[in-house]
Amino acid sequence: MGEELRLSIAADVDVVEARQQGRALAAVAGFSSGEQTVIAAAISEIARNILMYAKKGEITLSLVQNGDRQGVSIIATDQGPGIPDIDRAMQYGYSTSHGVGAGLPGAKRLMDEFDVDSVVGRGTTITMKKWRRAI
Amino acid sequence: MDNKKSMSVSTRASDATTLSESSAGLLRELVAHLRQNRTQLREEWARRITRAELLTAMTEEEIFAEATAVYDNYVEALETGTFEALQAYSRRLSERIIPRGVETDEVVGIVLLLRDVLARSLFTKYQDNVEKLNRILDSYEPAANRIANTVAVGFVEERERIIRQQQEAIRELSTPVLQVRERLLILPIIGVIDPQRARQLTEQLLRAIRANRAKVVVIDVTGVAAMDSGVANHLVQTVEASRLLGATVIVTGLSPEIAQTLVTIGVDLSEMATVGDLQGGIEEAERLLADRAAPTTQVREIAPESQR
Amino acid sequence: MEVPILRQGQYLIASIQSALTDADLSHLREALIAQVGRSRCRGVIVDVTALDVMDSFAVRTLRDIAHMARLRGAETVIVGIQPDVAFAMVQLGLTLKGVATVLDLEEGLAFLNRRTEERFLETKPKRPSERG
Ligand SMILES: Nc1ncnc2c1ncn2[C@@H]1O[C@H](COP(=O)(O)OP(=O)(O)OP(=O)(O)O)[C@@H](O)[C@H]1O
Ligand SMILES: [Mg+2]
Repeated sequence: MGEELRLSIAADVDVVEARQQGRALAAVAGFSSGEQTVIAAAISEIARNILMYAKKGEITLSLVQNGDRQGVSIIATDQGPGIPDIDRAMQYGYSTSHGVGAGLPGAKRLMDEFDVDSVVGRGTTITMKKWRRAI
Repeated sequence: MDNKKSMSVSTRASDATTLSESSAGLLRELVAHLRQNRTQLREEWARRITRAELLTAMTEEEIFAEATAVYDNYVEALETGTFEALQAYSRRLSERIIPRGVETDEVVGIVLLLRDVLARSLFTKYQDNVEKLNRILDSYEPAANRIANTVAVGFVEERERIIRQQQEAIRELSTPVLQVRERLLILPIIGVIDPQRARQLTEQLLRAIRANRAKVVVIDVTGVAAMDSGVANHLVQTVEASRLLGATVIVTGLSPEIAQTLVTIGVDLSEMATVGDLQGGIEEAERLLADRAAPTTQVREIAPESQR
Repeated sequence: MEVPILRQGQYLIASIQSALTDADLSHLREALIAQVGRSRCRGVIVDVTALDVMDSFAVRTLRDIAHMARLRGAETVIVGIQPDVAFAMVQLGLTLKGVATVLDLEEGLAFLNRRTEERFLETKPKRPSERG
């Protein structure tokens, strides 16, 4: 499982690149085309948040294994302003940028595991994973 | 995992050099013995398999051919201490014999028989030297156990994989999307819906909408006994996703209990077209389709080539 | 990636050719709104068949296009959302409520024809409160 892809996110083309790379990796892991799209959509939201709120950051994509289950892991980190109230940010409809407020809660819904770690003034790390269903 | 195990074994062996040397020597002697008596031991094994009424789904020639291959892989595993070849072979063997109805206990049974056949031949050979016999058995036992384990585990894994595949196929068969007439699909949902099946149903339905260019879909949930909020939410998502593909969904056969669940989790039933029973749902669908008939035909004449 | 906008009769057709960045999407919105104003067309079709993903930004942009076009008297219909994309959208909680969506270009034209016909047949003009 050595494969790891680090992508820097600093412009809107990087968002497209990240989700396309994520889709390709999901295909390698054997996810269905429906699941590949779901993974790509989650990456798109998280990558855009980096761009929008932290200006720049990084996304690391990798294959993971748990017992006989294959999956993909996506880690998004930035050194931006951080999220003061994570619970609120996770609520559908909450947005500080007149957005839909669907990005974080939506991505959580799309993935199997979703974890936000954020310190105000230091930055934000979001870790998410999706596991393949048993064959 | 296998690698790690054999690594730690060899480390331990080199710690106790004298012991490992002598046990390696014994194993070599054992392997030579098994090579020399290959024909006879193989035949004996195949005979015992037949007598124990194992692998009854296979002919005697087949049993002998497989027994030969397993025997050779077995000896090789003993000699080299590596199990990859045996593992691969047992997977292929399982693939071949599982469809013919061979059961797990039969496979475990034949491997144990082989162990027994070989042990007996060792008894005979070393019956005058009990001390050496014991040492040979000591070095043989762990390897033999691992071999038996490898074959049995390979078989069980293969079997589980096949069962899962079959379940998948049955699932897909049991959720048909029916086209009753042009542009109208019916999805009758029967039985228990878990999240995974719900997802599958939706994916199938959405593809069918596109493939059949459906305008109206009737989802009949009469056959659904219970719905937790997760599945109910999923139903709502399915209705919304269908709309994004341009199809109107009519839900029929909602029991009062399920309707209550939907309301409790905050689904606005007035946003969802619901009709009492399937028949009524189809009639409603026909009405919706008739409403759009005229203009649609007009455009179709203009652009027939874009039809599939 | 520039999105070509074609004029066909009373309608504008924007057909997206590949995955789009946020800037591309914003640009498409500006271009469409400007052309609707200039050309006084009655309908807008946005063909999203080639979009790999519809996330919150794409949905917001499409909704803005529909609303702004409506203010200028044109009806918008989104065509070609792929099954996988639609499913991911609703799981994200994005539904494009209030915006017409149909299967493909052919259906999109049929939809606009029907709408235009309906409007033509209406004897008295709709009150503004009923639109929007
Ligand atoms: N990487 C981040 N750094 C700082 N704040 C963030 C970050 N990601 C999200 N947030 C905060 O969390 C809020 C919710 O994010 P979410 O993605 O759910 O909605 P949104 O970006 O506002 O709108 P949408 O994604 O629907 O367009 C944001 O408005 C922002 O305040
Ligand atoms: Mg966001």
